[in-house]
Amino acid sequence: MLWRMPDALSIVVVETNRERAYMIVDGLREAGEFDIQVISEPSGLARQIQMRDPDVVLIDIANPSRDVLEELTLASGPKDRPVAIFADRSEDGLSAAAVEAGVSAYVVDGLQPARLKPVLDAAIARFRLFQRMRTELAEAKRALEERKVIDRAKGMVMKARGIGEDEAYALLRKAAMDQNKRVAEVAQALVTAAGLLA
Amino acid sequence: MTVTRIPAGYVPLTDAAPLIAAQEMGFAAEEKLTLELHRAPSWSALRDMLAFGQVDAAQMLAPVPVAAALGLGGASAPLSVLSVLSVNGTVIGVSSGLARRLTDAGHGFSFDDAISAGKALITAAGPELRIGVPFPFSMHAELLTYWLKGLGPDTPRHIGIRTVPPPLMAEAIRSGEFDAFCVGEPWGSMAVEQGAGALLLPGQAIWSCAPEKVLAVRSAWADTEPGLSGRLIRALWRAGRWLADPASRGLAAEILSARRYLDLPAEIIERALSGKFTVTPQGLQREAPGFIGFHDGAAGFPWRSQAQWIALQLARRNGLDRQKALDTAGSVFRSDLYRAALRGTGAELPGASSKLEGAADAPLLAAGESEPVSLLRNRFFDGRVFDPLAAD
Repeated sequence: MLWRMPDALSIVVVETNRERAYMIVDGLREAGEFDIQVISEPSGLARQIQMRDPDVVLIDIANPSRDVLEELTLASGPKDRPVAIFADRSEDGLSAAAVEAGVSAYVVDGLQPARLKPVLDAAIARFRLFQRMRTELAEAKRALEERKVIDRAKGMVMKARGIGEDEAYALLRKAAMDQNKRVAEVAQALVTAAGLLA
Repeated sequence: MTVTRIPAGYVPLTDAAPLIAAQEMGFAAEEKLTLELHRAPSWSALRDMLAFGQVDAAQMLAPVPVAAALGLGGASAPLSVLSVLSVNGTVIGVSSGLARRLTDAGHGFSFDDAISAGKALITAAGPELRIGVPFPFSMHAELLTYWLKGLGPDTPRHIGIRTVPPPLMAEAIRSGEFDAFCVGEPWGSMAVEQGAGALLLPGQAIWSCAPEKVLAVRSAWADTEPGLSGRLIRALWRAGRWLADPASRGLAAEILSARRYLDLPAEIIERALSGKFTVTPQGLQREAPGFIGFHDGAAGFPWRSQAQWIALQLARRNGLDRQKALDTAGSVFRSDLYRAALRGTGAELPGASSKLEGAADAPLLAAGESEPVSLLRNRFFDGRVFDPLAAD
């Protein structure tokens, strides 16, 4: 039996990625006193949510299971009738921000928007942070890939021309400037061409 | 005229073809448009992307804009339908266990007769039938309900129609969560390919001429951007004409199969385009000619009577005032904008904007704006006719 704060909002976070789920839960804990549960298994989602009967459900917009929640909004009983947060036109700004950040929230009908706002604000902030981290990771990976390609191209130029490393890099950089391209692009073209000729 | 970028959303399905072909085959460019295509993970996400302006146009389940106008479902800005992107194109299938019981009972999976398949399904299913559909507001849900109710008193006591995202459909069937499903291609064929189930019927066996996906925009956008919406309608009409040519099928399937679009094998995507299906994991072959319509028979025309048929089903199931629903729905399908955009292009434009749904046993010639227009066969499996002026 789970002890519930008498007045704490109960929130279910639907998230299959563990790391991200932790981040969102942490963010919510910082924002206030909530009763938080995570669902990480998409099968039987509707049943799992109905069993836990939360006040709010948070889900990533990119999660295809979101359409299952949409169906829950149509459930017939007045008490267990969650409606999409986006139903509240007065919160349009908040909704647009949520869509932008990639979070969908479903709330039980009749919940005061004021009580929901800190939840959504915290969720939006965490979703944005996660997006940023993912972008940064992708950027770092790309930079690493590019460095490898440039090193290979440099080696090829050194061998073909019998020149040193600095000189080879200067040649690549000049070719890039002449063609109005990035050094990595010129290096990639060289490596690809060499692959074809090999 | 400079090139205008229009962000447009789609859900990765075979019937996203018109939007993708419009961009890839240059029909958008002919109208000085670039479609910036956004793949949406779910229908509710796509509807929100459209409502909040992340995209200006979207492929949409035909009932979604109608439901929004009737105040059903998650909130949305008012949406308008500029054209019908595709007619039919869904399949109904059953789990492997149910398929075995159907075969044992002598059902031959003829893939064309909704009455015999429906009766066999009801008998084989027993007291409960759990069916997965992609979205609560979908032709899938409407056709299933219409079909099972129309089969008469033998209907199972408990029919549960529940939402399952199409990519998870095969797994949901395999795990025993559902007995049957109705889904857009290629997800039915994927379920067969993965050995999870067998195909029982094409959607067209229930209604031969059901509007499946539409081109939806925010109503406010349609009103403030008449020029752009006209160019969009023309680009998609040309894309539909190209897709309807059998010679285009191979290339269309290849384009759709690309990683950034459906990211699924072209061979499986092509089954819906050619109407040649593998209906069981054992390899039984069946044909459904005209399985999906993009062009012929004025397929793109957004008939007000189509919106009204949908509205009537929604009103019945949700206890809404039927007459009010019929009145509201008609204006969601903007046949006026469609006409204005295509007048003078050689497109077939019917004289009326509403028709008797289900009243054509064979293709027929109807009065057009200038020339007579050929319309598709339009028949419900039970032979009933929907007259929007005398509906209840």
